[in-house]
Formats: sequence, structure tokens, C-alpha cells
Amino acid sequence: MGYLARQLVRYLLLFAVSVPALAYATDGDYTLVIENHRFQPESLLVPAGKKIRIAVENRDATAEEFESHDLNREKVIPANGKAMIFIGPLEPGRYPFIGEFNEKTAQGTIVAQ
Amino acid sequence: MFGTAVIVFREVLEAALIIGIVAAATRGVAMRGRWIVGGLLLGLAGAGAVAALTDVIAAMAAGIGQEIFNATVLGVAVLMLAWHNIWMSKHAAQLSKQAKHMGTAIRDGRSECSALLVLIGVAVLREGAETVLFLHGIAASTSGNATPMLLGGAMGALAGAAVGYATYFGLLRIPLRWFFISTAGLVLLLAAGLASQAAGFLIQADLIPSLVTPIWDTSSALPETSLGGALLHSLIGYQARPAGMQIGFYFATLGAIALGMKYGTSKSR
Repeated sequence: MGYLARQLVRYLLLFAVSVPALAYATDGDYTLVIENHRFQPESLLVPAGKKIRIAVENRDATAEEFESHDLNREKVIPANGKAMIFIGPLEPGRYPFIGEFNEKTAQGTIVAQ
Repeated sequence: MFGTAVIVFREVLEAALIIGIVAAATRGVAMRGRWIVGGLLLGLAGAGAVAALTDVIAAMAAGIGQEIFNATVLGVAVLMLAWHNIWMSKHAAQLSKQAKHMGTAIRDGRSECSALLVLIGVAVLREGAETVLFLHGIAASTSGNATPMLLGGAMGALAGAAVGYATYFGLLRIPLRWFFISTAGLVLLLAAGLASQAAGFLIQADLIPSLVTPIWDTSSALPETSLGGALLHSLIGYQARPAGMQIGFYFATLGAIALGMKYGTSKSR
């Protein structure tokens, strides 16, 4: 797709979504990195009972889908891209997640304490 | 290869069920086949475009563009299903009368058909984009021979389409007396399930509160990853751990469409 078309889509979408997005902010900020189809860190410790914002950075050349049935989350992280995932407030416990496109290696757990 | 087949099957299943149900539900509407194929092709083209634009969409709105996009696509699908059901409730009597005479079709099906086009287009668009990304990832990361993986993808897609076909022909076997009421019921539940999914994406983006989460937890009895769970998820919006807000969206949609059908029918009589 051409540069102009991409820009057009970018501005249209930005216009449509920027207003509600700015109105909300949450506490907490964690980072997950995807590299060689693995999550780093594979275990992420977060506080229970709080809303948490996790920035996921994909350093691979292919897209990955962050998926967790326990957390009720599913989100595509583009190749060499970043995305934000909101979770919680969580009960204390272990919440496994996977990269659905590379299920064998991309596995991790969020531990809420 | 089978891992690939399973993932692609899961992605294709929902769109296949939607197409199977609405294709059956629009029995007797003039030229609907053309519109269904049109929606399918538009959806596939759109899926490619969305996959190519994933990075742009994902970076929108501080990293929650994808959720907003998905929620919008699902919202459009819910509106189209609602429109379909309300329209059908007005014309059901006419349709069932004419469906008895093979080959006749109602003429004013035009507005219904454009809703059909949009509905099938968006159903294919969302799940299709994820499939494209997944297969692209396989093709890119399997240096050398990607054939078994792509073969697996084709198998998964065919299996998904087969479920759609089975749904379609299964529904057509329902006696005409109950046919429209049962397809209307299916479409109603389908719409409510998609509305609940849309709510899920808005919660994921932190745009609406989740309320009580989860309302129930049946993830050990009937996980969504099982075939039964996946089928129920696509058909009636089953979730093993739904948020309170999703249940709210589910029943609000159910009620709104049911009211629309009742009002629409009584008005035309």
C-alpha cells in the first residue's frame, strides 16, 4: 500500500480515536519484549488489585498475537512494533499467556501479588 | 502442520458460521448469492489491507488502535445482524409463502442484500487479517520449506468452510414452519455474542470499565480452546471468564433487537 494511503488511514484513525484515548490514564507501567519468538521476561510480577498498563515490544520480523484466556486478552503485536495492553485489577494468582503465532516458544506468566 | 491447521481453523470458524447462518436466513431473497460472494471477496481484500496496515493501526491512540478497530468492526456486524433480523421479521410471512414455490424470490430484497454484503465483509475482514499475519509469519520464519505449514493453513481453512457449509445445509433442512423463527433466533444470539466481544475489546483498551471480572469461571469445565467451547463462542458468544460489562452488552443487544423485531412486525401488519 502506498505511502499516501497509509498516511490517510493514519490520520483518519487518529482523528477517530484520539479523543477517548486521551481521557483515560492508568497507573502502572511494565514492559514485555518479544525476541526470537520468546517473551522477556517470561514471568512478570505485578501488584494485585490494580489496573496495569503493559507495553509489549516485538523485536521479531513477524507479527505475534499476545493471547491469554485467563486474562481475557488477545492482541496482535506487529512485526518490529509496539502495543499497549491493559489488564487488571487482578486477584492474586498466576495468569499464563502465550504468543499464539509461536505457541511452542512464546510462553509467559503474569504473577499478581 | 496440524498446529497451523488448528489455528487457522479457529480463526476461520467464526466467519464461516456467520456466513452459513445468514446465507440460510436469507433464503428466498433475490440474488443474495451474488452479494454473499461479493462480501466474501471484499472481506478477503480488506483482510489483506488490514494485515499490511497492522503496524499503523496498532500504533494509533497510544497503542490501543487495534482494540478500537476491532470493536468498530464488531459493532458494524452487530448493526447489520440487527437490521437483518428486523427486516426479516417484517418479511418472514411473505418469504415463507414464496419459498414454497421453488425459484421465486422477493423483489425488494435490495436493501437487505447490501446489509448482507457489509456483514459478510466485516466478518471475514477481522479474522482474515489475523490469519494473513499468522501465515505470513510462518512463511517468513520458516527458511526453506514452508509448504507443510501452508498446507496446514489450507486444511484449517477448508475445515472451517466445511463447518459453515454444514451449518447452511443443516439449517435448510428445518421445516419451513420453524425455519424463520429458528434462524432469527440464531442471528439474535450471534449478534449478542459479537456485541459482548466488542465490549471485551473496549475493556482491553481501558475505554469502558469491566465491572465484575469474571462473572463466572467455567474455564476448566468448558475451555474456549476446546472445539465445543470454540463453537459455542462463535454461535452464542460463550466465554469461560466473561466480564460483567460483556454480559451487560450481551443482554442489552438481545433486548434491543428483540424489541426492534416486535415493533417492526407490528407496524407492518
